Amino acid sequence: MSEIKEVIINSDRLATDEYLVNMGPQHPSTHGVLRLLVRLEGEKVLNVQPHTGYIHSGIEKMCEAITYPQIIHLTDRMDYLSAHMNNEAVALCVENALQVEVPDRVKYIRTIMDELARLASHQLWWCVFGMDLGALTTFFYGLRDREKILDIFEETCGARMTVSYNTPGGLMFDIHPNFQKRVKDFIKYFRTKLPEYDKLLSGNVILRERTEGIGYLTHEDAIAYGVTGPSGRASGFSCDIRKHQPYSAYPFVKFNEILDHRCDTLARYEVRILEMYESLSIIEQLIDNIPEGDYAVKMKGVLKLPEGEFYQRVESARGEFGVFIVSDGKKNPYRVKFRSPGFSNMFALNKMAKGHKIADLVAIMSTLDLIIPDIDR
Amino acid sequence: MTNEELQSYLTGRFPEAEIKQGVQYVEMTVTDVTLHETAVQLKASDEISFDYVFCLTGVDYAENMGIIYHLESIKHRHTMVLKVRTADRENPAIDTVSDVWVTAKYHEREAYDLLGIHFNNHTDLRRLFLEDGWGFPLRKDYVDEIRIVER
Repeated sequence: MSEIKEVIINSDRLATDEYLVNMGPQHPSTHGVLRLLVRLEGEKVLNVQPHTGYIHSGIEKMCEAITYPQIIHLTDRMDYLSAHMNNEAVALCVENALQVEVPDRVKYIRTIMDELARLASHQLWWCVFGMDLGALTTFFYGLRDREKILDIFEETCGARMTVSYNTPGGLMFDIHPNFQKRVKDFIKYFRTKLPEYDKLLSGNVILRERTEGIGYLTHEDAIAYGVTGPSGRASGFSCDIRKHQPYSAYPFVKFNEILDHRCDTLARYEVRILEMYESLSIIEQLIDNIPEGDYAVKMKGVLKLPEGEFYQRVESARGEFGVFIVSDGKKNPYRVKFRSPGFSNMFALNKMAKGHKIADLVAIMSTLDLIIPDIDR
Repeated sequence: MTNEELQSYLTGRFPEAEIKQGVQYVEMTVTDVTLHETAVQLKASDEISFDYVFCLTGVDYAENMGIIYHLESIKHRHTMVLKVRTADRENPAIDTVSDVWVTAKYHEREAYDLLGIHFNNHTDLRRLFLEDGWGFPLRKDYVDEIRIVER
């Protein structure tokens, strides 16, 4: 509140036809508890200041008091739509530090689960993107398909969103005997449903009018602000960690990094839609070839990382996710830092929304696909 | 550049810095006085052009504070780690690099919020997650009064 007071007292800073609006923390389009302090002139946005911390849970501090396998369960709670990728980042980081090589079976299953999680995340994003623009129907179409992925997760590891399926050295359990069949059924099903998404929304005149040329973020700005994931790639910033620093089974598959150089809201929309096709193709390449073998390496009861610093980057559904562990040789880390994609992406909002209408701010924010616990941690 | 080439290039370019090959990345440690100048050169130099900060971490090392920058060059696709330590622990201060890399502005605000590291010349150094009166939770001597971390 202090910023509002400050601006009101310094009345020369606020012109007569300007005013400040608090958007959030309970605004439906912020998808969580993000507060935006928007400075407006009529309907035109002059400045957007994000205010965070409403769901800060001190995860980094908590990590300092628990063991490495326990940390994995906390990472679910940050970006709950990319829970599996976050788990995997910690698992990979610990495995690299201990120089453990996991069996190929683990790599394949991890990658399939990654892509399923990415699909589920993009589907939910598509649901709410439509809804933010006033098209409620997309919500029902998207959730109908996402439900099938969550059912696969539930059968595999007992949880639908906070999966915690990874553990240092492999996976918690082997896949369910039905896994391959159900995933293949899903792909067959979703291949017929994905074009529906385009029919329903992509070609819509209202959508095009509201997204084309809106929220421009140049290639240079995307790099400077560290905007990664589909949002960065829509500005032509080649930032796919799966391509540049491949992990798990990504070196074994062929896929395209979707790049778009139009830099606007529509580009960010289309990159995500095309990424769903790529995810399907990655799963198709792997699902029939899951090698036989163990689903985990036998690890010690108490894991102690050697002294040093370890970093692991993975591609989560909304950008580059990083885990940085500083270890002093004990069973719990000295310092853990999570580089969350939403954190960097969010601060580019002011750059993108300046000069547009307040309704466009909603569309721009929606294509950044922000998850607030991921930002606040 | 490969890590070996990068290491030898950096050794030639920054003779006063301490450079070694870490577990994954080439690690360069500079003093707090030379940090800003080093950052400018790392970004401006065409051969290395580190234009993307993918992580910025503050660490409390009992005797002082450390700040660790993970850098990547989008043009050349090589990565490195830049490290610096503050002179003082109780009132740590260091020059900002937010004028070199924009994203550092927000990561620095986070480091200020959670560790109390003051960044000189930062244009907007405010708390990010916590209230103004709150302590600095990621410091090792932080007293966890409400017992949220250790029960």
